[in-house]
Amino acid sequence: MAQDSIKITKRERLLRIIETCRSVEERGLDPFAVNVEEILEVIRLCFPEWKSIDDIVLDAETINRISSVIKLQSDWVKYRSTSLYRDPFFIEDRIRRLKAEDLAGIFLKSWHPVIELEQLSLRSLAAALKYWQDLVPLDERWMEARVAEAEARYVSRDGLIQERVLSEETFEVELQGFWKELKVRTPPGGKIRYWDFIGAETYQETVRRAYMTSFLVTYGYAALEEDRLEGEVYVKPFETQHSIIGARQAVSIPISLSADEWRKEREAKRA
Amino acid sequence: MSEAYSRKVRKAVHLLFYKRHLQPGVRGWELERELGEDYAKVLEVLDDFLKKLDLQVTTVFEGGEKPKKAAPDQLHAARYYITLRGDMDPGELKLVGWRIDDLSGLAATIPYIISKGGKAPRDDVEAFLRVKIPGWRVDLNIDRFIRYGYLGEDENGQLYLDWRTRAEVDQKALMELLMSVQPTT
Repeated sequence: MAQDSIKITKRERLLRIIETCRSVEERGLDPFAVNVEEILEVIRLCFPEWKSIDDIVLDAETINRISSVIKLQSDWVKYRSTSLYRDPFFIEDRIRRLKAEDLAGIFLKSWHPVIELEQLSLRSLAAALKYWQDLVPLDERWMEARVAEAEARYVSRDGLIQERVLSEETFEVELQGFWKELKVRTPPGGKIRYWDFIGAETYQETVRRAYMTSFLVTYGYAALEEDRLEGEVYVKPFETQHSIIGARQAVSIPISLSADEWRKEREAKRA
Repeated sequence: MSEAYSRKVRKAVHLLFYKRHLQPGVRGWELERELGEDYAKVLEVLDDFLKKLDLQVTTVFEGGEKPKKAAPDQLHAARYYITLRGDMDPGELKLVGWRIDDLSGLAATIPYIISKGGKAPRDDVEAFLRVKIPGWRVDLNIDRFIRYGYLGEDENGQLYLDWRTRAEVDQKALMELLMSVQPTT
């Protein structure tokens, strides 16, 4: 009983350490306010007491937090050794005492704005006009598909395959084949543009390939990489299937797959 | 200059002046793809041309720090922009769409964040700006600086200097100027 209460106290100490480290990280407090040596000693003393998985996890979490604080300390030392370092209190005082006009004047002397142009050219206008001509009117695009009423009847498996509702191969075999194709089309250790991989001659086939690709990623055969600056998505195959359970937190990447996008991609490819 | 080089310089102008992605600027590997292996030389020639127009080719390396001697992979990953070479007069501010008090807010925020080691809680920055700028305007200003790419905000509400500050502001010169100017009373 007494030992349990000592253990609780020790757990509380670690929880307090984690909380302190977290506030330093999240609120930008001085990382040197944390006495790393003392904390490591506490962790070392507590360690022999831990028996359960929960205790070990807590211990690991404390180590993880303290290493983040050490990184912040290292960044701080690096920053202080750069030519940019100035005493924050001095800078704050100087900015407070300067008039707005003087401050703006100083900024203008060190500001070199980026020059960027957005302008229509004859060629882009012609391309836009062609796009407009090819664009199907909204009422046609949004027209509900008319479905003829039919009586319910028995359909064999072969019939479903013929109608392309079912595939001849099992899904797993098809997925393996698809994975193989991805590996062949990608340079070793490299990646392929998402649209280059899923793009097909018909919209229907493109959607099917996108659907299969989503399973490659979900089942750990490949990874999606998003370049937010360029607005591009890439598919990167793995040599062996990766187990994703318990690894990093899964992230969903929504990718628009409209017929318009498919058409634009096809046109860009032909150009 | 050979016809091939002239063509490459023209192409570089199109690539660098016109916005192709969400952000302006072009990566080194894109320039290499479009201009060839000697893209660095093409940029040098272009930079020389731009001198007469008070413009320049600016290179921003990944991580923000300029290496003493850039390796080819660092040049590949770097982003290239066209920026103003010299500086502007206060009278020209209106031409670029800034009010002097908004710009002074940015001018105060950047050194403040630099002095805090590159990151500062948004609440602290707001409190600092509120001393001279009305509260409602401070919030609008910070949102605007974030939208323009001068500042970024992380999931812990910490503000940091984003891509546009790295591309447009000579941080070292700004800090030195700030230290050298004596406040007038």
